[in-house]
Amino acid sequence: MLDVLAGFIGELRAAGLPVSLTEDIDAMNALRHVPLEDREAFKHTLAATLVKSHAHRRAFDTVFDIWFSPRSLPDGEPIIDPDDDLELAEWLERALAPDDAATREGAVKAAATRAVTRYAGMEDGRPVGGRYYLHRTLRQLDLDGILQRLLAARRQDADHELSDLEERLLADEFRARLEQLRDQVEGEIRRRLVALRGPEALARTTRAPLPEDVDFMHASVEDLAALRRALHPLTRKLAARLGRRRRHQHRGSLHFRQTVRHSLSYGGVPAELKYRHPHPSKPEILVIADISGSVASFSRFTLELVHAMSSHFSKVRSFVFVDGIDEVTRFFEDTDDLSEALRRINTEADVVWADGHSDYGRALEAFWHRWGAEISSKTTVLVLGDARNNYHAAEAWVMAEIAKVARHLYWLNPEPRSYWDTGDSIVDQYGVHCDGAFECRNLKQLARFVDHLS
Amino acid sequence: MSTPARFASGAEVREGLARVGYLADDAIAGVVYLADRLGKPVLVEGPAGVGKTQLAKSVAEMAGARLIRLQCYEGLDESKALYEWNYKKQLLRIQAGRHGAEHAQGAGPAAWGDVEEDIFSEEFLLSRPLLEAIRATDPVVLLVDEVDRVEVETEALLLEVLSDYQVSIPELGTVVATQVPLVFLTSNNSRELSEALKRRCLFLHVDYPEPEREKEIVRTRVPGISAHLTDQVVGIVRLIRQMDLKKLPSVSETLDWAATLMLLGAESVDSDLARETLHVLLKYQSDIAKASKSLAVGGA
Repeated sequence: MLDVLAGFIGELRAAGLPVSLTEDIDAMNALRHVPLEDREAFKHTLAATLVKSHAHRRAFDTVFDIWFSPRSLPDGEPIIDPDDDLELAEWLERALAPDDAATREGAVKAAATRAVTRYAGMEDGRPVGGRYYLHRTLRQLDLDGILQRLLAARRQDADHELSDLEERLLADEFRARLEQLRDQVEGEIRRRLVALRGPEALARTTRAPLPEDVDFMHASVEDLAALRRALHPLTRKLAARLGRRRRHQHRGSLHFRQTVRHSLSYGGVPAELKYRHPHPSKPEILVIADISGSVASFSRFTLELVHAMSSHFSKVRSFVFVDGIDEVTRFFEDTDDLSEALRRINTEADVVWADGHSDYGRALEAFWHRWGAEISSKTTVLVLGDARNNYHAAEAWVMAEIAKVARHLYWLNPEPRSYWDTGDSIVDQYGVHCDGAFECRNLKQLARFVDHLS
Repeated sequence: MSTPARFASGAEVREGLARVGYLADDAIAGVVYLADRLGKPVLVEGPAGVGKTQLAKSVAEMAGARLIRLQCYEGLDESKALYEWNYKKQLLRIQAGRHGAEHAQGAGPAAWGDVEEDIFSEEFLLSRPLLEAIRATDPVVLLVDEVDRVEVETEALLLEVLSDYQVSIPELGTVVATQVPLVFLTSNNSRELSEALKRRCLFLHVDYPEPEREKEIVRTRVPGISAHLTDQVVGIVRLIRQMDLKKLPSVSETLDWAATLMLLGAESVDSDLARETLHVLLKYQSDIAKASKSLAVGGA
């Protein structure tokens, strides 16, 4: 048992989860108190002691399933002829139809097992991952068709015409059940792969980056959703750091009235001096973001970031550019809905001037002429972009001018540092004028930037 | 400072919580049971309104323990969290001593040592929640609410209490707990908590409940509701939770909504009624607009 757990924890660490030695020992201690034959309790115990962030839970679940999956197949399934597609589909429908979750569970599990046997076509030694088999199985199952048939059956059973809302609720319910089926199929495939290849080898191939390590430039839609959830606490912190008024330092002048008031506790001796809190003016944040094609997915993320920041912080002005530049603050102010703001930015913002290839020089110059006078010593400027200038003129003097007046000037670059200043990238020409240029490819690096600000 | 086990198994915790009206799932009950067995605090995280604070209250009720609550906020310091010397009383004591000395000449300055010892004794100590929980002799449950609101520096205050169940007071020495209290920390995840704090805790993520459990909660908390209406309420709430809104409806809002529908005497919900009563469920105008638009369209 100890060996298995050591291997399991080793794999968690390899997947990027920060499991410390104390947590390791805690897990072992905790396991003495739960019955080992109860798989669910065993899982909760390990999760509570080893995983301290919800973002890591998915990675934990995957590794857990690989390590501790039941090796034997569930028995007691009704025998059906696996070659008959129609019958399997019907069988699935019957498994998914009951409203009682408990009766459904076993049937869905058995159905998933059947489906995998029938469609996945798993063979020993084929070097493909679980995802391939999953797609193969689900494609054959025709889940949409099943959904429609389930709905049709309900329509027939109902004693009255179903309203739109009722239809929708039903569809939603069935979709959730199909999702369960999908999970079961995935679990079943994983179980068989473990049996074929052993847990260590399989875990190595299924390792996926944790949300904070996902590269913005290559993030999938699912990743972006996870990123967005993780982003909010970070932007709050960023906004707070950038906008921090240094109140906790005793820099203000003597607060005479309060000092006298407090001296009463010491019998009239002003033992404790009280100060007025300084009230430095509220800083402004100004974000200039590249939204050209070369940083497409980064720019989507960038706008998420700007959006999140503007909801935490009142004074954020945002500008986007390709080779022209336009202010987009108003789009974020008008609506709480990011997709709406994005749509308006894409259709209404005037960011393309000539050919739609990014031209940092021109955009910065235009920015300086139109809005440069509004930058003051209260302003913090963030520039987000890869500084790939398509060999146009750099116009780095703009950055120098901004740096002269602004409180801080930072550059966040979504490219790995080793690519900087290769080809048409000219980060350095701009970077020398900044208070710092940071590689910002994933949440971890963004967090590091935020920490750097304090 | 070992404490006899309060619960025999996760299942027992679950039943006990159900008795006081809190429907826990296996994960929640299991972690509470473990916390008791291992003598470790539980860090409860999750969206607002899923019953994190209620969990601590219900556990206290179930165990027949006193609930001591420390509400965290920005700027919380040790004089509010741990202990404070009651300096006004100390001053009085000193002055009383001076008077006494004047009358009974002779005692004189020799009494200073006594005075000093006296004014830094327990009598002049004001217990704040953390110390209170440590010193309690009756069973207590300590709830540190919204721990993510304090600054990172203040978090350190908690560490000694949470790992060793003791508080060091320079003038008095170390106060060690006579029993290990059950400790719950809740967090809305508005910022990452420090590794040191997380390491000392068991972690429990409470999410919006599964539809089956939510239905059960509605049935328990809104007596007399029909099965049909429950299904619809929970179904619509699930639909709304899938939308991209500022603030998703929490369990308590589901309950409010179900109660509202009951008061209106509704047998079932159609999309018009749903839209008219959405403001119970959602708290932002923009969210309400978005959800009612989506519910009106129908279809997927």
